[in-house]
Amino acid sequence: MNVEQVIQCRQLSRSFGSLQAVDHLNLSIPKQSIYGFLGPNGSGKSTTMRMLCGLLTPSSGQVEVLGLEIPRQAEQLKHQIGYMAQKFALYDDLTVAENLSFMAKAYNLPGKTQAQRIAETLSRYALQPLQKQMTGTLSGGQKQRLSLAAATLHKPKLLFLDEPTSGVDPQSRRNFWESLFELVNDGVTILVSTHYMDEAERCHGLAILDHGVKVADESPANLIAQIDASVFQIEGTSIMPLKHQLATSPEVLSMMQLGERLRVLLSKKIANPQDYLQRLLAPIDQSLRITPITASIEDVFVMATLHRQPMPPAEKSVTTNASHFQ
Amino acid sequence: MISFSRLWAVFRKEVWQLKRDRMTIGMIFGIPIIQILLFGYAINTDIRWIPTVVMDSASTQSSRNLISDLEASQVVKITGYVQTINEIEAQLRTGKVSIGLVIPADFERRLQQNDRAAAQLLVDGTDPIILASARQLTSLQRHQDTQKTQAPSTLFSVRHYYNPERRSAVNTIPGLIGVILTMTMVIFTSISLVREREKGNLELLINTPITSNELMLGKILPYIVIGFFQVTLILALGVWIFNVPIVGSLAEIYIVAMVFIAANLTLGLLFSTLAKTQLQALQMAIFIMLPSILLSGFMFPFSGMPVVAQWIAELLPLTHFERLIRGIMLRGASLSELLPELLALIGFMLITLWLASKRFHKRLD
Repeated sequence: MNVEQVIQCRQLSRSFGSLQAVDHLNLSIPKQSIYGFLGPNGSGKSTTMRMLCGLLTPSSGQVEVLGLEIPRQAEQLKHQIGYMAQKFALYDDLTVAENLSFMAKAYNLPGKTQAQRIAETLSRYALQPLQKQMTGTLSGGQKQRLSLAAATLHKPKLLFLDEPTSGVDPQSRRNFWESLFELVNDGVTILVSTHYMDEAERCHGLAILDHGVKVADESPANLIAQIDASVFQIEGTSIMPLKHQLATSPEVLSMMQLGERLRVLLSKKIANPQDYLQRLLAPIDQSLRITPITASIEDVFVMATLHRQPMPPAEKSVTTNASHFQ
Repeated sequence: MISFSRLWAVFRKEVWQLKRDRMTIGMIFGIPIIQILLFGYAINTDIRWIPTVVMDSASTQSSRNLISDLEASQVVKITGYVQTINEIEAQLRTGKVSIGLVIPADFERRLQQNDRAAAQLLVDGTDPIILASARQLTSLQRHQDTQKTQAPSTLFSVRHYYNPERRSAVNTIPGLIGVILTMTMVIFTSISLVREREKGNLELLINTPITSNELMLGKILPYIVIGFFQVTLILALGVWIFNVPIVGSLAEIYIVAMVFIAANLTLGLLFSTLAKTQLQALQMAIFIMLPSILLSGFMFPFSGMPVVAQWIAELLPLTHFERLIRGIMLRGASLSELLPELLALIGFMLITLWLASKRFHKRLD
């Protein structure tokens, strides 16, 4: 392998009592890329991240981050990584500038470069006008920018971002991701967890976690290309009867209603899927329109988590039109 | 291997946060001022002006003399005159008075006869301090009794060292320094780490290179400075308002106070590593406060306590501090004479700091 691996872990596991939060996870994350963890809440994203930066002790398995053995050499690692916790973790009762100054000293930035680095960071993340403002009064997007600024002040080689964009407006999220790509361009490796599909699609590499198990690990494009299902859009006069008819077929793996349309994932076992759907639904609706469409990362996610979490038949596949999972 | 930069980061952060916490600033200066004024005046074991009601059935010259002599002692304050025992008992029961003086109609004859008490004191015995003061009055009465017939014989003469005017404040104020420092210092640090955890700051903090020791020291040092100001404030108020003497060395008082402050802060830190929430931390602080106040010798003389209570008291930093501060401030003892007490405080501080540092992990599990 010619690409330098920044994070490597083998058979990483962690349990809390009887709950297996992370289950024999193998990871290999290359340098200078954005690597995403996609999964619903409780899928082990945070636990994995915390183990990788030495905050949690693994129950078993080996971890090597930036050539250091974790958790044994966690203290040495702390100088080289930046971390953004899921919950805003800077001090609400300090000003923006004070928070950054605190972080600069906490990371032993030399006196001369300190002021310069803070000024650079403030302008990079458009925080200059907010310098003197009390951190607790910032908006969600501003807090998130400040968190990233604080995490990158000491120029870490590796960034851990634990659901950095939850509760932030779409425009702020877009800007945030632009900043991430700029950081990667500077040579930083970023590990980010998310439950937004659009964000997952922007990562270089993506691991889908479900109940502590890695169910997929590829680039988003490959994941979409390799999806084990045919995807169709179905339009008709009335959606509900179509849904009920589709639910009777074991070959329909998932369906999602989008307004007056249905998005259906059909098993690859069916040789001629469009005919299959036509035959299944024609008796219900005469004005039926069935169109094959390309899969999305959400379809990949649904497929990846399908086997691990069989839904009760009655509720099978009726998901609402939501771009993220709560 | 402590980095000054990181220690300074924590220290400065604590000061910034404290600066904006108006309530805590108010407590830092408000608690000493209010408590010293309150307790300096209120904690008074030499009782004066006990409310007393009189039933004078004799109404003769000698009975009036007795009443005025009693009042002149300043121990009692006559609040009224009644006609019946029932009225006295009613006033005792409702707490309007603590003593009822009964002078019977045959007071003159009783004075002459000497075999029976001439008058009677009805005392509310629920408060032992008042009871003791009332007992002192009986000696005064006998003194009055014998005046006519023979000169009073003195078995003992008592001479007071160190506090000739027998003012309680002299004993109370130095003791209060310790109590106030215990109340404020333990609470400051006991909530400090828990607050970081509750507010979510800890997850970030433990992901920085700041070490456990730097964090502990950075959190203690600002409060040592604050403790220095508190000690100065209490001493100044004690000297100016209550005329408490400072017999020993002022420098030694400060040395002892600083060690005591540090011991309280490290105890608070230990609580902070044990508690899961700020409420739990506060409960632990209160748990240590009550025995400190009751068993340290601040309220009751150490020698009067049962042995088990004395053992417990020896474990409390306040016990050792009370001995040190009273010794130096009031009796002019030198620190070298009280070295074991100082060593006990230093030992307590080191053990709690070590335990706190050991209990605090830079991990979430």
